[in-house]
Amino acid sequence: MSQIFHRSTNSIARVSIFGTIFIVAGLLVILLYINRSPWITRATAPREQPIQFSHERHVGGNGIDCRYCHTSVEDSRFAGIPPTKTCMNCHSQIFADAPFLEPVRASFATGKPLEWTRVHDLPNFVYFDHSIHVNKGVGCTTCHGQVDRMPLMYQEQSLQMEWCINCHRNPEQYVRPKEAVFRVDYQPPSNQAELGARLVAEYQIQKLTSCSTCHR
Amino acid sequence: MTTGKAFWRTLDELADDPSFRERLYNEFPSEVEAISDPTTRRTFLKLMGASLALAGVTACTRQPEEKIVPYVRQPEELVLGKPLFFATAMSLGGVATGLLVESHEGRPTKIEGNPLHPGSLGAADVFNQSAALSLYDPDRAKTITNLGEIRPWAEFLAMMRATLISQKPLQGVGIRILTEAVNSPTLAAQIQDVLSRFPSAKWHQWDPTSRQHTMLGARQAFGEFVEAQYKFENADVILSLDGDFLGLAAGALRYAREFAERRRPDDAAHMNRLYALETMPSFTGAKADHRLPLKPSEIEVVARQIAAALGVGSASAPSGDAQKFVAAAAKDLGEHRGRSLVVAGESQPPAVHALAHAMNQALGNVGATVIYTEPVEIAPVDQVASIRELTADMDAGRVDLLVIIGGNPVFTAPADVPFAQALAKVQNRVRLGLYEDETSAFCQWQIPQVHFLEEWSDARAFDGTVSIVQPLIAPLYGGRSAHEVLAAMSDRQEQTPHDLVREHWAAKEKQAATSPDFEARWRRWLHDGLMADSAFTPRTVSLAATATAASPVEAAAGGYEISYRLDPSILDGRFANNGWLQETPKPITKLTWDNAVILSPATAEKLRVDQRPAMRGGEHGEILTRLIELKLGNRTVRGPVFAIPGHPDDCVTVHLGYGRQRGGHIADGAGFNAFALRASNGMAYGRGLQMTETGEGYSLACTQYHHLLEGRGIVRAISRDEFVRDPKAMHEGFEAPPRTLTLYPEYKYDGYKWGMAIDVNACTGCNACIVGCVAENNIAVIGKDQVLRGREMHWLRLDTYFAGHETNPETYFQPMPCMQCENAPCEVVCPVGATVHSHEGLNDMVYNRCVGTRYCSNNCPYKVRRFNYLLYQDFTTPSTMLGRNPDVTVRSRGVMEKCTYCVQRINRAKIDSEKQSRRIEDGEIKTACQQTCPTDAIIFGDLNDPNSRVARLQKEERNYAVLAELNTRPRTTYLGVVRNVNPELGE
Repeated sequence: MSQIFHRSTNSIARVSIFGTIFIVAGLLVILLYINRSPWITRATAPREQPIQFSHERHVGGNGIDCRYCHTSVEDSRFAGIPPTKTCMNCHSQIFADAPFLEPVRASFATGKPLEWTRVHDLPNFVYFDHSIHVNKGVGCTTCHGQVDRMPLMYQEQSLQMEWCINCHRNPEQYVRPKEAVFRVDYQPPSNQAELGARLVAEYQIQKLTSCSTCHR
Repeated sequence: MTTGKAFWRTLDELADDPSFRERLYNEFPSEVEAISDPTTRRTFLKLMGASLALAGVTACTRQPEEKIVPYVRQPEELVLGKPLFFATAMSLGGVATGLLVESHEGRPTKIEGNPLHPGSLGAADVFNQSAALSLYDPDRAKTITNLGEIRPWAEFLAMMRATLISQKPLQGVGIRILTEAVNSPTLAAQIQDVLSRFPSAKWHQWDPTSRQHTMLGARQAFGEFVEAQYKFENADVILSLDGDFLGLAAGALRYAREFAERRRPDDAAHMNRLYALETMPSFTGAKADHRLPLKPSEIEVVARQIAAALGVGSASAPSGDAQKFVAAAAKDLGEHRGRSLVVAGESQPPAVHALAHAMNQALGNVGATVIYTEPVEIAPVDQVASIRELTADMDAGRVDLLVIIGGNPVFTAPADVPFAQALAKVQNRVRLGLYEDETSAFCQWQIPQVHFLEEWSDARAFDGTVSIVQPLIAPLYGGRSAHEVLAAMSDRQEQTPHDLVREHWAAKEKQAATSPDFEARWRRWLHDGLMADSAFTPRTVSLAATATAASPVEAAAGGYEISYRLDPSILDGRFANNGWLQETPKPITKLTWDNAVILSPATAEKLRVDQRPAMRGGEHGEILTRLIELKLGNRTVRGPVFAIPGHPDDCVTVHLGYGRQRGGHIADGAGFNAFALRASNGMAYGRGLQMTETGEGYSLACTQYHHLLEGRGIVRAISRDEFVRDPKAMHEGFEAPPRTLTLYPEYKYDGYKWGMAIDVNACTGCNACIVGCVAENNIAVIGKDQVLRGREMHWLRLDTYFAGHETNPETYFQPMPCMQCENAPCEVVCPVGATVHSHEGLNDMVYNRCVGTRYCSNNCPYKVRRFNYLLYQDFTTPSTMLGRNPDVTVRSRGVMEKCTYCVQRINRAKIDSEKQSRRIEDGEIKTACQQTCPTDAIIFGDLNDPNSRVARLQKEERNYAVLAELNTRPRTTYLGVVRNVNPELGE
């Protein structure tokens, strides 16, 4: 009985067995990239909001400090979303009749709150605390990006655990002097490694990577 | 007492029956059907393959979009994300406990004791702890109804006005108000106001949780209603006449603290000694150095014998077991005149209370260990007479308007008082209640009552201290308070309850409610949760001739005796719809979700009823027992029997409050109704009980058969004299391996090193820690069926151990949370790294990593890990979601969980201290169990700080680690028990 397969098929078989390793490995790499991609993390994608509120206008243009609206950022885990009253502090005078501010005025008049869509949304089993980060020299823009250049708010970073852990392991690469925490125009100096190491010591920054630091 | 004494947990274990041992150790008992699933190996593999593939896919879902809803006008003092604490008070049975309530953005989530309040001292009991769940109970009454139809409040007011106008010329002869025991000065003033407007109207009271026998006993002793307050800190020798002053008593939290303070073995010379006569084993009996189990009627007999030996009254000579006890107790009391104390309990008739007062007088204790004040209840009455009179009036058609404020009299009235039938003859029946319950079914008008966390009111504590009850949240279901309903009966202008309470106190203080001076005081009262110096001042009393009169003797009826108690979890049934309380294992019996006919093993044998753990393999949560018919007079009920060690023979104990018909989804169908037996001529106990076996079986969910001892030194105890001789004697025979005996490198803890010490000697077994833990950590309620399978989710359990003979054993309670081992057996077996060691020594449990292999739980020698076999958490009911602690993850199905040392509290304190660049101070962090503990038995802190309380306690000689021989090096250690045994009585 003659051979069904030609001798050359042996090589094909060998090559394909060998190649499968690369194909599987390649698929895994693609999967990892997809998992880190904005398609999954929704980074850089602006969300639909009830009002076209522009951080670019308010922070970049008017130079309002972050804490004017996000009042509890230094005291609480939650930075705080301003009550309608905060908007009306100015907008009862400025653009008082602007049609795109109608939802704000309606909210103020009826007492029904505005419903914003959460942009930076951590999973429910993660407990992040704003206050300790800003108190230890982590700047707003380090995580939130250049909000003064964001007409519509989006999430700059992946907010995935490896991104958190990266800073928790190497805080010296990211910390800045406490007085610069709320500055949106802050750029890390060329000697960040040296400055960072000094600040980590001065602020007694701990490299906390225990699970219960964030998960409980 | 000798070391190495034999401890045991269940009667079967004590009997050491080989078939019981076999059942326990056989994981696949032969009586269980063989696994006869038709699934073949092939389908099994297919399914497993598919599940594995799909399990991966589920991880790829994106998070659903979330909304942030800010305030429109944010309250000034509120910092978003930070809880606020408000002081308020909770009343039960006419006595208030001061509380601090944690509020997250307006949602009350956690209740703690108010450290400033004399009745709390920072502690809270199970009922206080569980109140947050009752607030959000979706079964609460939600609308005002008339004959089942929804009606507006205005219509109710119109009805009320019309009725009152027609009653006006009759002086209100047809008006009746039925309340529970009232300790709210404002409410009492309102009632008096209505009564002065309608002089012929009548106010009745009925409250099964109030201290009727205590009050009537005081009246018998002194000829008037007075309140006895105890000073346990001054008492060297205490005699309890079935008086559970550590459990269900006014001021129990404070008494437990004072009692425990006098039992610190490091001050061995000042340890008090407690003698207890009791029927149903209680907290107090368990802590007693000498306990005598007696039938309910015998307690009075033996009490009189002790009294006679002290020269109070006369009595027959003691006999049998009691002889030595009476002589020793009388001698001990007599030697400690002015430093002794006799306390009688609610489950004994008034005559025993009167006798206790007479004994305290004779012993010179008045002014030293007991003081008398005016009663906390504002107008105490003989409630049985009160409800009987009301029933007679209703039956005779003399009542046109009955307003029932709270309570559930249709369910709780004495069985021989036909309250429900008579109620139907009343023209206008108005009911204010939290639930649409049995009583609502008989009333035309049902008005939803506000929960105490939703109302303005005021309340007196056990010593008379007044607290303003302030609301934490607007009424969830538009409820109305008692103040509003009574205001509707007055001729004054309609007022809010806030204004009513405020004006009442302004008038009392002779100030205008609007004056700035009063405003300042009012704010101070609200802030502190009490009015300073409002406690009653002691008054003098003189014994009446009737003080030592015996209880009326019934004709000897034969048969058994039956003792009635409020259920330790649900009281008279008012908390029956509270899952946290239903699932908390009851003290001593460790039953959940049921009451039982509790009796002694010998009596059970006499009745030929037996109980045994079901053969299911696993955790033995199911006890198969027998239903028995109880017949008292012409009344019968059926209930399951449950034999426990230490219960006297020839009598049974039943707990009231179960057998609800219209109590809500959780309450209905659980247990049997013991109120149906209790008649007005035997409110404390009944005689002449007949019991017949029905031949039917019943399953009780009991957690006592879990995790047996197997001879390990889990509890250690010693007598005081031996302790003084050799403080380490209790550890004889138990050795921990040397620290070098491990393959793993030592962990280093540079910062904090958390640890806990639990003083078993101080623990009274009150369960408050368990419910506090449930409330703090969002622990799920799983229901009776799952407890039967041994799956209860409590992170902290309270083990009960016995030592000695089953007729009268010593009882020990041991709280058992996660030990946070340094060499943790759970950590090394987790295949996915879901439980790992933290840099501060906690065994972190990472829910999002857990895949549910349960290897960790299997490898945990302390059995403190809990697994979500099913989706136990309620993710859908909106009201229950409001009550959760936002700082703790709500766990889903398939995830292991366990005690975290309240890591959310640790993190909160760490963040606060880091922001101020300081170390956490000792005592700054209190775990939930520690915070609520009335006796300070649980101490948490930093072991790296040699001066911290926990570090000092762990160096004490009584300190030991449970299962130290396994080299797990637990972080939670225990302090052994020292009993102050009277050498004359010995063991």
